[in-house]
Amino acid sequence: MSADPHAAHGQVHGEIEMPHASMRDYLVGFVLSVILTAIPFWLVMERPLSTGATAAIIMILAAAQIVVHMVYFLHMTPKAEDGWSLTSLVFTVIVVVIMLAGSLWVMHHLNTNMMPQVHDTSQLP
Amino acid sequence: MSSKTITAEEPVQFYDLDEHAHPEGHSTMLGFWIYLMSDCLIFAILFACFGVLGANYAAGPAPKDLFDLKLIALNTAMLLFSSITYGFAVLQMQMGKVRGTQLWLAVTGLFGLGFLGIELYEFYHLIEIGATPQRSAFLSSFFTLVGTHGLHVTFGVIWLVVLMIQLGKHGLIAANKRRVMCLSMFWHFLDVIWIGVFTIVYLMGVLR
Amino acid sequence: MTPHPAPEAGPFLGKLSFDALPFHEPILIVTFAVVVLGAIGVVGAITKFRLWGYLWNDWFTTVDHKRIGIMYMILGLIMFLRGFADAIMMRLQQVWAFNGSEGYLNAHHYDQIFTAHGVIMIFFVAMPFITGLMNYIVPLQIGARDVSFPFLNNFSFWMTAAGAALTMISLFVGEYAQTGWLAYPPLSGIAYSPSVGVDYYIWGLQIAGVGTTLSGINLIVTILKLRAPGMGLMKMPVFTWTSLCSNILIVASFPILTATLTLLALDRYVGTNFFTNDFGGSPMMYVNLIWIWGHPEVYILILPLFGVFSEVTSTFSGKKLFGYTSMVYATVCITILSYLVWLHHFFTMGSGASVNSFFGITTMVISIPTGAKLFNWLFTMYRGRIRFELPMMWTIAFMLTFVVGGMTGVLLAVPPADFVLHNSLFLIAHFHNVIIGGVLFGLFAAINYWWPKAFGFKLDVFWGKISFWCWVVGFWLAFMPLYVLGLMGVTRRMRVFDDPSLQIWFAIAALGALVIAAGIGAMLVQFAVSIWKRKELIDESGDPWNGRTLEWATSSPPPDYNFAFTPVIHDLDAWYDMKKRNHDRPVAGFRDIHMPSNTGTGIILSGFCLVMGFALVWHIWWLAALSFAAAIFGAIWHTFNYKRDFHIPAATVIEVESARTRQLAAGA
Repeated sequence: MSADPHAAHGQVHGEIEMPHASMRDYLVGFVLSVILTAIPFWLVMERPLSTGATAAIIMILAAAQIVVHMVYFLHMTPKAEDGWSLTSLVFTVIVVVIMLAGSLWVMHHLNTNMMPQVHDTSQLP
Repeated sequence: MSSKTITAEEPVQFYDLDEHAHPEGHSTMLGFWIYLMSDCLIFAILFACFGVLGANYAAGPAPKDLFDLKLIALNTAMLLFSSITYGFAVLQMQMGKVRGTQLWLAVTGLFGLGFLGIELYEFYHLIEIGATPQRSAFLSSFFTLVGTHGLHVTFGVIWLVVLMIQLGKHGLIAANKRRVMCLSMFWHFLDVIWIGVFTIVYLMGVLR
Repeated sequence: MTPHPAPEAGPFLGKLSFDALPFHEPILIVTFAVVVLGAIGVVGAITKFRLWGYLWNDWFTTVDHKRIGIMYMILGLIMFLRGFADAIMMRLQQVWAFNGSEGYLNAHHYDQIFTAHGVIMIFFVAMPFITGLMNYIVPLQIGARDVSFPFLNNFSFWMTAAGAALTMISLFVGEYAQTGWLAYPPLSGIAYSPSVGVDYYIWGLQIAGVGTTLSGINLIVTILKLRAPGMGLMKMPVFTWTSLCSNILIVASFPILTATLTLLALDRYVGTNFFTNDFGGSPMMYVNLIWIWGHPEVYILILPLFGVFSEVTSTFSGKKLFGYTSMVYATVCITILSYLVWLHHFFTMGSGASVNSFFGITTMVISIPTGAKLFNWLFTMYRGRIRFELPMMWTIAFMLTFVVGGMTGVLLAVPPADFVLHNSLFLIAHFHNVIIGGVLFGLFAAINYWWPKAFGFKLDVFWGKISFWCWVVGFWLAFMPLYVLGLMGVTRRMRVFDDPSLQIWFAIAALGALVIAAGIGAMLVQFAVSIWKRKELIDESGDPWNGRTLEWATSSPPPDYNFAFTPVIHDLDAWYDMKKRNHDRPVAGFRDIHMPSNTGTGIILSGFCLVMGFALVWHIWWLAALSFAAAIFGAIWHTFNYKRDFHIPAATVIEVESARTRQLAAGA
């Protein structure tokens, strides 16, 4: 930490740190969001592509749109709040991914192993 | 670290004799953001349930039979418009215009109400044709996930009204500016969740 | 309970009727009478000595983190006595019910007791204790005047207390869950638990969970934003570090519990099919979700105590902590890894080999950073001048006990071994071994260590030692037999036993529980004796142990504002550094100090939530709606109050600080 006793707070006293928004940001974000929303809806309603390709594309576009919202609407930058906003976001994303992927994996295993299915009786002793 | 400071001969300052109080609410934005992260996890659980249980139709209706994508597209548009109008409210606030801020907040609220109206219409329609939350695990997780998002929007609208009153009473004081920014985070956060909802629940559902 | 079918729900009182009162349970009648008499005594005493105003103004509505911390500790202590009473009853039942005897508890009562014991000990004992500890110590250790959101802190406390109150109400009105502490469906579903027990469970935890999550957010932001100038992340005391990680886990896991219990509530109240057996529901999904919360919860409980042991070891060995950096990294590793092990709680549910081996390996991996910590403590003690004061004794007892618990944990992490030991008393012995040996011993170390800071006098050593030896001996007596029984295949939650050869082990365990009871008694005596002899045990210096971190830099108890001037940090052990370099305590130039004002909103809103919880349990819909609306309007009304702070005038600061100067001079 620097020698300046006030530096740890990373802000000027008397003023609350707030992200500065601009018209340009909001408009760019809005236009991008509209495009990224319209394409997946069109893909699913008109079905020009195969199901697998459509699914992959709409998932990618959703991820892209989430990033657009984070950057242009939520003003997420690596510097906001000394980086703690981004750090907490990254941590949350890690936990969410672990949880979603883990639950799907675990439950898939449980379902395939435990579902009462018609067993191949010829294999039984 | 310590060796560097100890060798210095000049007197070391151990107390901040010229300190200033932290500005009021200087932690609020970060605190609110962390709250949103915790809220995000609630939605993550609901998504996980939908992911795991979403194909368990129990011989009941499937997404293909139920979802009207045109309606969902309209609803998505409502939320997108409310996002940009909230942005305009923030811009008005930055320019110090109380009336303008209130006006755009009101427009945002109307879009929010429009969203809720359409969602309620959809729910009503589904329940009327027998696709109730009790019908199957798929419908349970669908109604809960989408309904929780809707409840958040409802609280967002209530907050919008409260904030407009507070802006009317006190103007754009620091505390109110902070609240506008917190609600902004909340509102845009709900938008982000909605991206997940329309993609995974509706679009992927219809694809299935 | 209603062995007979539940009465029809009326519009006014819902399912609530006179049948809900446990007139047929003599044990409960006696308990109820004792509680009522005790309550009348306490209320009468408070009224007689005119303490209501003092309690309301100085405690219930306070936003001072120190007072809130103490209230958390008192809540934890009260609930601990309740939880321990449950434990003694179970031990007694299990040693009794042999050779054809049914014991003295019927199944319905016994099942409630083991459920309540688990829920209370985790949620209303361990959680309030660690939250209280973090609340009290963290702001002092980082040189702050309060937490970031003082009102929220008060509200969080009262929500936790409301959850505890709702759980206690279930003792006398209706019944508690008979499902085990995690309420697995389908047993906890409406089909198999039609009565109100599970509803008490759900709403008690939901209300307390709101408080826990908010207090977690509060402490994270406090640590991130309010550190004294110069205190970079790697100059934070270890306790603050472990508190930070623990609170991160709280915020990133309690929402999972909230969501999961909400889904269970929907299944019970609305008839959805998340965790039912029919219509595509999956009870296994509940088990999966609840443990995604449940495993991090274990580390939420233990991490702050790892911090306590670090502070205590370093202070009483008179040395800097060995391997501070590795300690921090170990803590952060545990924080992340704790999300990767949850399946080891249900290896036997039927996942395939790949899933089980993945989670088995991650479980073994997480023991590595924990082991690293133990070595750090040992190396801190190595060549140190160890003073065997009470906190240090508890720390050494922890090290010896916890290692055994940790190793049986690694044993359970091996899936084939778990297939044999799952749900056996071996498991019970294991987690009591780590929770008592780690969390409780750590709390006792912390209480003995920081009591002088909170109250200005030390705790009595004689009774402290009696309590210590009773606890340690009692613990080993009570739980080692359970390992043996578990290896012999005895499952948990059994009420009656057929095999008479097992009885001796239960007798030893019951004896151990009685020795622990003596330890608890000795601890209460220790508190009473210390308060009685507080003039002899007084500590004028504010630094009775020759401490190393900032909380020892201020007076004991600290003034409302903690530090008249915010300290500036140059070294890891900031206070030790200041002492070593002969710092001068400022005695002039004081200014007004900006502080938050007290507010009654927290207790009032929590009161509404308590009423709402009770109404929801009994299906009194109008009252639930009314109290919910009241809570929402109360919260909104609170936001219209913009004046939430005041200034302590410089004159008051001068007065307090001059008194401190005289005190220090007299002590020198």
